[in-house]
Amino acid sequence: MAILVNSDTRIVVQGITGSFGGKHAKLSLDYGTQVVAGVTPGKGGQTFEGVTPIFDTVSEAVAETQATVSVIFVPAAFAADAILEAVDAKVDLVVCITEGIPVNDMVRVKRAMEGSSTRLIGPNCPGLVTPGEGENSHGGCRIGIAPGYIHKKGHIGVVSRSGTLTYEAVWQLTSRGVGQSTCVGIGGDPVNGTSHLDIVKMFNDDPDTHGIIMIGEIGGSAEEEAAEWIAANCKKPVAGFIAGATAPPGRRMGHAGAIVSGGKGAASTKIQAMKDAGISVATTPSDIADTLLKMM
Amino acid sequence: MNLHEYQAKELLSRNGVNTPEGQVCDTPAEAKNIAEKLFGDGHDMVVVKSQIHAGGRGKGTFTSGYQGGVKLLKTADEVEASAKAMLGETLVTKQTGPEGRKVNKILVAAAPAIKKELYLAALLDRAIGRPILMASVEGGMDIEEVAETSPEKILKVVVDPAFGLEAFQARNLAKQLGMSGKLIGQAAKLFQGVYNTYMNCDASLVEINPLCIVELPDGSESLVAVDAKISIDDNALFRHADIVGMRDLEEEAPLEIEAGKFDLSYIKLDGNIACLVNGAGLAMATMDIIQHFGGSPANFLDVGGGASKEQVKAAFKIILSDPNVKGILVNIFGGIMQCDIIASGILAAVEETNLNLPLVVRLEGTNVAIGKKLIEESDLSVIGADSLSEAAKKVVEAVA
Repeated sequence: MAILVNSDTRIVVQGITGSFGGKHAKLSLDYGTQVVAGVTPGKGGQTFEGVTPIFDTVSEAVAETQATVSVIFVPAAFAADAILEAVDAKVDLVVCITEGIPVNDMVRVKRAMEGSSTRLIGPNCPGLVTPGEGENSHGGCRIGIAPGYIHKKGHIGVVSRSGTLTYEAVWQLTSRGVGQSTCVGIGGDPVNGTSHLDIVKMFNDDPDTHGIIMIGEIGGSAEEEAAEWIAANCKKPVAGFIAGATAPPGRRMGHAGAIVSGGKGAASTKIQAMKDAGISVATTPSDIADTLLKMM
Repeated sequence: MNLHEYQAKELLSRNGVNTPEGQVCDTPAEAKNIAEKLFGDGHDMVVVKSQIHAGGRGKGTFTSGYQGGVKLLKTADEVEASAKAMLGETLVTKQTGPEGRKVNKILVAAAPAIKKELYLAALLDRAIGRPILMASVEGGMDIEEVAETSPEKILKVVVDPAFGLEAFQARNLAKQLGMSGKLIGQAAKLFQGVYNTYMNCDASLVEINPLCIVELPDGSESLVAVDAKISIDDNALFRHADIVGMRDLEEEAPLEIEAGKFDLSYIKLDGNIACLVNGAGLAMATMDIIQHFGGSPANFLDVGGGASKEQVKAAFKIILSDPNVKGILVNIFGGIMQCDIIASGILAAVEETNLNLPLVVRLEGTNVAIGKKLIEESDLSVIGADSLSEAAKKVVEAVA
């Protein structure tokens, strides 16, 4: 089962001829993921790695290959337009990896997507992985930039704002022989498409997911909102971690969204909200997996 | 990127927001000239304001002993004397830290007769992903304190980014702030100007505190943005060459500027354990775990997802230029980045910088075995660690 994507999901890569997009499209193909099309305006008719057809527009790519998910690697200045192009082509899911998109562009995208049935994950995110059954989780669906081999097919759902911190938690699980249903990086920007809560709800409904790890960081109130819902509705054990307890207020910690401002978004408030909701909060990032496993 | 008050007022007035007549300058003679002109125009009072990127200027003290970074004055000679006392001197306020900031420019402006002080800001409401105007009758105060003690005094107007701030929304807000008569129309124009400044400049914050109802010489009332603060979304600077030209490098930490040149995200902190990590979330988590084991992080440093050998070297040089650093923790989860390449980058940096501080390295991910072997086989003294907690414990012990 898993959520959002599985080994049959057909993917189009926007920005496939760029070095970043190309590298990761290749890694996804190697992982066994169905990368069925690429899009680079002006390069329609060419092929990627000699097999994957390249189109000028997303709508052509979708019509020709029946791709249902688009992943975006185009530069920040053009990323908002790329998202809206994918939405217009009516894919089910757009995953935007691009980092550094102006906040106002995302405000506009969010407004333009109102009423659309397309879901956006990201931007500024590592993407998502539903591990496969093969060696080193080969044969799964890898969308984005996460290293495939750290995963293992199983029953823990992982949702996080950050990339490498997600890998840290996933690797802790895999090293203990515990697999994952789906691992989702929702991104570190202040305005994004999918929240912790959206993903937690999907994990709660997914019979294949038996436990959830939710990793957050300072800034905003998305973790508090998810915690409130979990307290009232979640049927599965949830463990969490919040990064940034030592971050000084008013300083943006790498991610555009990771800032404690106006007394809001502090790690301590988030941790308290999670504990109040019955979520086990890991005291250090080294204990994330063990904290969940103790509950199960 | 933060702007100075005079720059913020320039952007606001381009968008039709009324600001006090005045000019920025950097010599006492110019200050006197500007003041003479303002007094000649019939203004009774002139204000001299130190231009630094920090609040609390009025109550600040110069290291010379001179009191106040903002002065209300009645003669051009007083303005000149005050300019002399501020320019080139270091102002310490509650926001600058004890080291203070050097005042290179002052704003000399008309000081209107203030009847009432209000608060107004345009910013993003993250929870809904839309811009809002936030206002309060408690102007001139720390708005966070107002939000804490009397949240009912904070008014919010959500703006549909597709259409902008509608005039009726602006009038409603003016009414809620207690305005009447001609002020309502004036306020509506000003609120729209503030919203447009926020959108047109890709600001992350436009704050006017105080926004003042002032009395004109003929006894009528008017609205003026007496102080203003603007921060710009760094990600949008590529499309605002004019605003990039307003950047004041003297207001930024030199090490952070240097880090920016190498696409490294670095923030200096007060501790003594430097960290070098890939990824913002993991970098924050690494700082947290250092503190958990009783240490104190010297910085936040994210080398990014695909750091090159050159970036790793530059990162080492930057963290080593902080004299407080007594030990270093490198934590790399090489997903896409390969551990062997990182390891050789670290070794090159250690050699080149003649590092003689304890260095703990934790590598995980692709080619980790080769990476670890490279470090073990080198004759440099690097302390290895297998997990993040082990690495943090080891570096805390090493600097103890």
